[in-house]
Amino acid sequence: MSEAKIEYLLRLGDSALILGQRVSEWIGHAPIMEEDVALANVALDLIGQARLWFGYAGELEGRGRDEDALAFLREAHEYRNVLLVEQPNGNFADTLVRQFLFDAWHHALLEGLSQSHDPRIAEIAVKALKEVTYHLERSSDWVVRLGDGTEESHRKAQAALDELWTYTGELFAADAIDAELVAQGVAVDPASLREAWLHTVQAVCEAATLTAPPADAWMQSGGKQGRHTEHLGYILAEMQSLPRAHPGARW
Amino acid sequence: MNARPTTRPERDTVLAWLAEVADPEIPVISVLDLGIVRDVRWDADTLVVTVTPTYSGCPATEVISADITHALEQRGVAQVRVETQLSPAWTTDWLTDSGRDKLRRYGIAPPVGRAGGHEVAIPVSAIGRRPAPVRGVECPHCGSLNTRETSRFGSTPCKALWRCDDCLEPFDYFKCH
Repeated sequence: MSEAKIEYLLRLGDSALILGQRVSEWIGHAPIMEEDVALANVALDLIGQARLWFGYAGELEGRGRDEDALAFLREAHEYRNVLLVEQPNGNFADTLVRQFLFDAWHHALLEGLSQSHDPRIAEIAVKALKEVTYHLERSSDWVVRLGDGTEESHRKAQAALDELWTYTGELFAADAIDAELVAQGVAVDPASLREAWLHTVQAVCEAATLTAPPADAWMQSGGKQGRHTEHLGYILAEMQSLPRAHPGARW
Repeated sequence: MNARPTTRPERDTVLAWLAEVADPEIPVISVLDLGIVRDVRWDADTLVVTVTPTYSGCPATEVISADITHALEQRGVAQVRVETQLSPAWTTDWLTDSGRDKLRRYGIAPPVGRAGGHEVAIPVSAIGRRPAPVRGVECPHCGSLNTRETSRFGSTPCKALWRCDDCLEPFDYFKCH
């Protein structure tokens, strides 16, 4: 029973951590100072949330793995994040469209998890939801600003949407882990989030003069089961290099 | 050498000590002003202080725990344990009135209104060229209400960047959260 829950917590933690790591790659490179600060804040929130999910996963597992061991000492095939978050930063539109597609899902997911029968999951979700509300407001504002901006920003935002769309199907696909935990009232059925997500995405795309690809387009899958795109290995190589080279290093 | 108290200090005494522990990032306010100290109790000979984090990723959280432990040890409490509690989630509604005054005098506009939980729903119809999410943020420099948000995120997770259109000074706004 707790096997499935540990797996589910790793999925939550890994998606938050990998997106946090990806977003933090922007620090010092953002187009304007305010956005540099905003990207750093979003990354920090996500990494903080990952720590809370990992802390709980490690306790349930009971094998002495703490948040650091889970983050730094697992290989790519042991990571359970959705494929969307490991996609490259690309240009600013790529990053903000990726953030928006994720935030709209993350917000709906955390709203659902706030009602989880597992009180620890519910309290983490309530806390994270307050932060993710800011993330969604910011990323949806940026998608509108880029989509309905200049000809160039529109073209880049539309290209990002077309490119990343194939990674959104996985967000709503349930597997045996989801089914087991949904039956216990612990998890949210991913399929149930689709309508709210699509509603948000379509409303923002409309305001942004962007065209969302068809909802029934062919979709990639596999991240939640540990089958990743080639990008994840490079992220982990950078993120894990210090603790791997200097085991037990402390600040 | 500090005199070691032979009896357990009263709760009010402990709270008075904690009122002198400054927030590491906004040192004009104390951890009590910030509303993050949720409980103080004795567990046998250990003084247990329950703290709730502001934002999940706030790097000050661990420094705050260390500062609280250090301050109480300085007062002669031999055994201190700082526990973290997530629920109910921290809200700026717990900032004290004196904390709000201190923020203003320091140049940070305190939160306007109550968080209360109203912000969990994103009004999709309002997305896109959304008006400023908060109105009535007073410039801590000149007192003008002719102010606007320049970024939702600031130098710490709890703040946003604003500017005053009268005195033209930028300032930090402590977000209602």
